[in-house]
Amino acid sequence: MSSSQRDLDKELYDSALVDGGKEIPEAIGMPNDPMIIAADVTLAYESGLNIQARSQWGYVWRRFVRHKLAMASAAVLVLIFLIAIFAPQVAPYRYDEIDLEALYSPPHFETWHLLSPQNHLFGTDLLGRDYFSRVIYGIRTSVWVALVVAGLSTVIGTAIGAIAGYFGGWGDNLLMRITDLFLTLPTLAVLLVAAAYLGQGDPLRVAIILALLFWTPLARIVRGIFLSLREKEYVEAAKALGSRDSRIIIRHMLPNTLGPIIVNATLLIATAILVEAALSFLGFGIQPPTPALGKLIDDGQSEGLKLWWLVTFPGLVIVLIALCINFIGDGLRDALDPTQRRVRA
Amino acid sequence: MPDPLLSIRDLTVEFDTDDGVVYAVTGVTYDVFPGETLGIVGESGSGKSVSTMSLLGLIPQPPGRVVSGEAIFDGRDLLKIKPGELRRIRGGAVSMVFQDPMTSLNPVFKVGDQISEALVAHGHDEKAATVRSIELLRIVGIPNPDQRASQYPHEFSGGMRQRAMIAMAIANEPKLLIADEPTTALDVTIQAQIIEVMKKAQEETHAATILITHDLGLIAELADRVVVMYAGRVVEQGDVHTIFASPRHPYTIGLMESLPRLTVDEDWLRPIPGQPPSMISPPPGCPFHPRCFLAQGRNVCREEVPPLRPIEESAHLSACHFAEELVGRGSKLHETVEATS
Repeated sequence: MSSSQRDLDKELYDSALVDGGKEIPEAIGMPNDPMIIAADVTLAYESGLNIQARSQWGYVWRRFVRHKLAMASAAVLVLIFLIAIFAPQVAPYRYDEIDLEALYSPPHFETWHLLSPQNHLFGTDLLGRDYFSRVIYGIRTSVWVALVVAGLSTVIGTAIGAIAGYFGGWGDNLLMRITDLFLTLPTLAVLLVAAAYLGQGDPLRVAIILALLFWTPLARIVRGIFLSLREKEYVEAAKALGSRDSRIIIRHMLPNTLGPIIVNATLLIATAILVEAALSFLGFGIQPPTPALGKLIDDGQSEGLKLWWLVTFPGLVIVLIALCINFIGDGLRDALDPTQRRVRA
Repeated sequence: MPDPLLSIRDLTVEFDTDDGVVYAVTGVTYDVFPGETLGIVGESGSGKSVSTMSLLGLIPQPPGRVVSGEAIFDGRDLLKIKPGELRRIRGGAVSMVFQDPMTSLNPVFKVGDQISEALVAHGHDEKAATVRSIELLRIVGIPNPDQRASQYPHEFSGGMRQRAMIAMAIANEPKLLIADEPTTALDVTIQAQIIEVMKKAQEETHAATILITHDLGLIAELADRVVVMYAGRVVEQGDVHTIFASPRHPYTIGLMESLPRLTVDEDWLRPIPGQPPSMISPPPGCPFHPRCFLAQGRNVCREEVPPLRPIEESAHLSACHFAEELVGRGSKLHETVEATS
């Protein structure tokens, strides 16, 4: 190094030492001593630079809340669910109660007390049963079936996908061929046969049959994510720490897979409602007198389209629920995507 | 000399790939004694990581395969015990510090929880583990450990994450700590801090350490003994002063000459000519002979794999047919070390 350069360096060094007339404390130049650094950072904390940490789920929640369509849908859906849960309190009639003064009555509106028995907001059927009440009870059955389907098939799909993806090898092969087999089954035909022989009528059995057919897409998704997570250093690190396989799967890998699982489960609820409706409509789902949304439409269409209200209102409710759930699913998908820092309207 | 804590004999590991069998580690033999730091140096692909990972069952099998050898640790052969027993040893008596702290911590987990997981996996209850994990963070020099423990990895800097990784590794007071390039992913000032933390962790636990690195400076700083690996084989082994002062293998000499010196103006570095050999079809004879300045035209180098043999009946071992010709050939890196210390 030439001497002039050395002088220049010295000058720079000196000028760096004097910062606004104040000498920089020597500690900053000494990275080797952890204690000194500790003292520095403690000072930063005490000087009010305390930054509120936000957890991963905190971010997800914030992004979801800002997704207007999803939030509106969530509000509507919560309202629908509340009505379904409190059906006995809300509905003006029981689902099988007959109002002999109003057979074949189109929707009619007497009073602003909407829940009063004088109103038949959705009309009545040929037995004089209030369709508003029947739809409310129908939501109850359909949503319950849908939740069981979504829950059950999520558990099955996640377990199979996780085991296949984590362990790999012949087990993976076997599980994935089984999954392929289920995927190639013509869903509706199998459903009709299964429902006819196994579980016609009982909502729980219908739900289980649906769940046994709907776990396949999730199993593939989870397997795919697990295949890539398996190679991550932190999974290797967890192994090197002596964690059990079960613990690595449940505590390290599943939380990193939760986003797609949640989105998939949400969308499954909508699918399950639609498929259950289709099944009931075809007469292979839930049997009367238990009302389910699909069954109500079926009852209505057998009367011919003259009684339009019997088809229209349960149909609208199905569409509304399915739409809401799909919007919520979209919102969740955006919110759970960590690469998306910006919030969409 | 005391009994070795870990003694590896004739370890051979291969990987099956589409292009053929990769001979990653061939006939590796070395000992680790209690409390010492053993440095393993070599360029990328020389088998330094694989030789230690395979001990803990951490290489993917298949395609990986431990062909032969034994690794006696605490009287048991790590290569033969049941997976469950090996799991209890991992993170317990033998633990690891990984290269890249950025990806070795789970992003959805609080740092404190990840450290206590190391404890819970070895039978501590959750509550005690939480308290201990804060203590561990303090030991590795993380300020405000009780606040930091409940933060996520993305709130930690690279150096702090590596400190947290070291805290995890020493959580169960291991007898053997394997540090796989612990400073490679960090910048130089942070490297200095992490070296300090490693030293402190060693004082705290009295663990023997295997330090895998290609940083000769780090070896000079931390190691007591050195194993030099090339093409999956041990080519030289000895205590750190001997290796730096009088290397007896042309590869070691080449490694040291390819480094710049701080004390002298240098226009030109002398790299080792040629490329590291393909591990699928390693050259016959001495794996280093195509690049070696001693081998020129000598048949024995091309035909015979040189055994690892003692130099002048000392603990200094070299796998070169002509190690004696290197007498008096000091390394210039040693001059640097002497000049600075």
